[in-house]
Amino acid sequence: MSQPVFAPWEVPEAEPLIRFESVSKTFGEFTAIDALSLDIFEREFFALLGPSGCGKTTMMRILAGFEAPTSGRILLDGQDIAPVPPNKRAVNMMFQSYALFPHLSVWDNIAFGLRREGMARDLLAARVDEMLRLTRLEKFARRKPHQISGGQKQRVALARSLAKAPKLLLLDEPLGALDKKLRQETQFELMDIQEKTGTTFVIVTHDQEEAMTVASRVAVMDEGKLIQVDTPDRIYEAPNSVYVADFIGNVNIIQCVVSPDDEDSRVRLEWGDGRTPLWAQGEFGAGRRLSLAIRPEKIQVSRRKPDGVANAVYGEIVDIAYLGNISTFHVRLRDGKMLKAQIANTRRISRRSFSWEDHVWLSWSDTAGILLER
Amino acid sequence: MYRRLLIAVPYLWLLLLFLVPFGIVLKISLSDLALARPPYLPQIDVSKGWEGFANFLSGLDFENYVWLTGDDLYWKAYLSSLRIAAISTVLTLLVGYPLAYGMARAPREWQPTLVMLVILPFWTSFLIRVYAWIGILSTEGYLNQFLMSVGIIDIPLKILNTNTAVYIGIVYTYLPFMVLPIYAALERLDGSLLEAAEDLGSSRAGAFWLITWPLSRPGVVAGCFLVFIPVIGEFVIPSLLGGSGTLMIGKVLWEEFFSNRDWPVASAVAIVLLLILVIPIVLFQRNEDRAREAER
Amino acid sequence: MRLSWFNTISLTLGFAFLYLPMVILVIYSFNESKLVTVWAGFSTKWYGELLKNEEFLDAAWVTIRVAAMSSTLATVLGTLAAYVLVRAGRFAGRTLFSGMIYAPLVMPEVITGLSLLLLFIGLDIDRGVMTIVLAHTTFSMCYVSVVVSSRLASFDTSLEEAALDLGASPFTAFFLVTLPIIAPAVIAGWLLAFTLSLDDLVIASFTTGPSATTLPIKIFSAVRLGVSPEINALSTLMIVVVTVGVIVASLVTKRAAVARAREELAVERS
Repeated sequence: MSQPVFAPWEVPEAEPLIRFESVSKTFGEFTAIDALSLDIFEREFFALLGPSGCGKTTMMRILAGFEAPTSGRILLDGQDIAPVPPNKRAVNMMFQSYALFPHLSVWDNIAFGLRREGMARDLLAARVDEMLRLTRLEKFARRKPHQISGGQKQRVALARSLAKAPKLLLLDEPLGALDKKLRQETQFELMDIQEKTGTTFVIVTHDQEEAMTVASRVAVMDEGKLIQVDTPDRIYEAPNSVYVADFIGNVNIIQCVVSPDDEDSRVRLEWGDGRTPLWAQGEFGAGRRLSLAIRPEKIQVSRRKPDGVANAVYGEIVDIAYLGNISTFHVRLRDGKMLKAQIANTRRISRRSFSWEDHVWLSWSDTAGILLER
Repeated sequence: MYRRLLIAVPYLWLLLLFLVPFGIVLKISLSDLALARPPYLPQIDVSKGWEGFANFLSGLDFENYVWLTGDDLYWKAYLSSLRIAAISTVLTLLVGYPLAYGMARAPREWQPTLVMLVILPFWTSFLIRVYAWIGILSTEGYLNQFLMSVGIIDIPLKILNTNTAVYIGIVYTYLPFMVLPIYAALERLDGSLLEAAEDLGSSRAGAFWLITWPLSRPGVVAGCFLVFIPVIGEFVIPSLLGGSGTLMIGKVLWEEFFSNRDWPVASAVAIVLLLILVIPIVLFQRNEDRAREAER
Repeated sequence: MRLSWFNTISLTLGFAFLYLPMVILVIYSFNESKLVTVWAGFSTKWYGELLKNEEFLDAAWVTIRVAAMSSTLATVLGTLAAYVLVRAGRFAGRTLFSGMIYAPLVMPEVITGLSLLLLFIGLDIDRGVMTIVLAHTTFSMCYVSVVVSSRLASFDTSLEEAALDLGASPFTAFFLVTLPIIAPAVIAGWLLAFTLSLDDLVIASFTTGPSATTLPIKIFSAVRLGVSPEINALSTLMIVVVTVGVIVASLVTKRAAVARAREELAVERS
């Protein structure tokens, strides 16, 4: 029995939990957020992804109430949240630095928000214990923040911000301070907790892998604008711009011009004098200048020119990056253009079929790449 | 070899000029007043060897300490010093905390200048800073002139040569000792802690009492000790700004020594003063150690 | 970040409290009248009087000599003591040693003065400039060693080890590597010792003899009789000297820091 796919953004009549209506934020001359509109739905795990200074942190701080938008409206459950101060919002935030109160124990940190609500003592204790169980911190309840590890601090911060059962939880680079291995484990833990509590999560990160792993939808931001908002697989396989294609993962970008003789749903691309034209899926008028983006893992490497493929180019291997599970080959074409190709190392100690200075053919199908406007 | 020499030089210096003099004070406090020069007995008669040393020891007694307990001038002076120190510490805290708080909240680029402005009076003569208040607080001083010209008072207030003047002088001269440790604690405070407190539902004022105040407490405690400890033994301020009613032990010791020339009693006064100071100093040290512990 | 009205008020009042008394003192030092609290027109005559007053000039000269000698001695001894505290490791009597470094910082001046006086009498030393220098050196070396040891504790021991590894003796390593790096703290320590000595009334009163009167002793005995325009003028001079000194020192260090930052930037660019 297959579960219904969770995709409220594809349901036209669905009410969003959060709605940004052309929100702008300027600091003096600097525009942090530029007329941005966005819907985020209940139970979503939404990631804001972008380089530092792209406005993602400002968006989060506006949601939490620490900054007010210069113009535009933000609706939470259909209500404008502008007049609600941060301490009255049903929105909680997990800070990048965790911001654990150093003078309070883990238990008191988690209880902090509940005490502000004036929750009855026994209910409060039950809620804090529940949070401790959820984040597997029962043993550390009496410790002070400086007596626990970085991973445990991260879980305390999460428990503290979840304790009040907010409608929306904001996570500002929640895993940034952890080392890589712990970060990967914690990503799955976060997803697990999000699913258990059913809370809407908005995470800010500059780590594209993290965003792709945890999020139901990813918004790629640059200079205060949303470039693309989509599911991780769409962002990866169907980026809407060179910026997104380049920001997420590895990619080869080939500048090309559409030539007049096209076939149905396929175009021929000129990409430099003396080069065999390339074929790619798409319908564009002749003379259009485009970028062809191809992921390295979509390119095959072979010694002989393969038969029956749409595109094949010849070059010399100048560099090999062996990463254990995969190897990336940097191949120089005759006129100096560099392309990257990736091969999965499926067999242990396979005889290395390719080495430095080997001449090889790179080939890919006409559906492997995606054509993007320049 | 070199290492021994390196250690020996400052070590011997401090032994000879700090520890030995201290021993002498202890010894004289156990001696008797005599009409001699130096004016106390007994003295070690080196020529008689061990016998002389034994005679010397048998001549020592706690008579001066008994004397201190007998004359209520002394214990009143100790109590009054402690009281003046305690009151002025609280007053300095009341003036110093808002100043330190304002400094820590000022724009980053101002802060080094503000810190320098607080330290600058340190470098100017203590005596002059106390002296400046004489002209302000005296009966015909600037403060009375001002208040009378504005019409708040008709007859000049008598502030100089009262304990009020002593409090003002202490708060003024010791303010930097209070401000700097509190500022240091507040400046280290991570702003996201306050945002987190607000995010979790506490108001601005609530966040101050729940977060800022407890986290600045080590600085407050340090500042209070830094004011309280030296003020107990203060001499200049009570003798310049205080009156005949101002009783402080530093002044008593000075007078006992210079006016009455009673060295044994002066020494006993000093030893008791040190014993009193040991308590706050040990407490202060524990506060510092704990603060250092917490930083790790 | 904008300042709230509360912070603006507390900063304004706080700094007014710190500086107003001194500003008044400076203004009234230019008062024509002998009655210091009554303004009678601008005049610099009290500065003239001051410069003619030989007792003050003598006292000033004694004070400066004492301060120069004691601060220099205190810097040498204090730096040594700091080095011993931070780098010498364990040795017999280390606890006593660090105790003797820290105790004078909290010791009431009356007690320090009294105990040193009793020592000088016990040793039958004639009191005068030399005894004040010894006394000042003893308490200010403790301040110097606290300043220097905090700097020493924060610097990387591997620098000294590198010098030793490259063939320097411990002695040369100290002078060629350690000292240049801790120099700012040593200079700060010297300045601190110098001003402590300039400032000291109580200890100097105990340890001096009839032959030497320092400026604070002189001022104290004059001030006991009340405010005088000459003391106002003298105070103003001292305030000006200190203020200029501190501002120059901070500008010099700031300029050095700026120049250094610029050089580093230039290196990175090239």
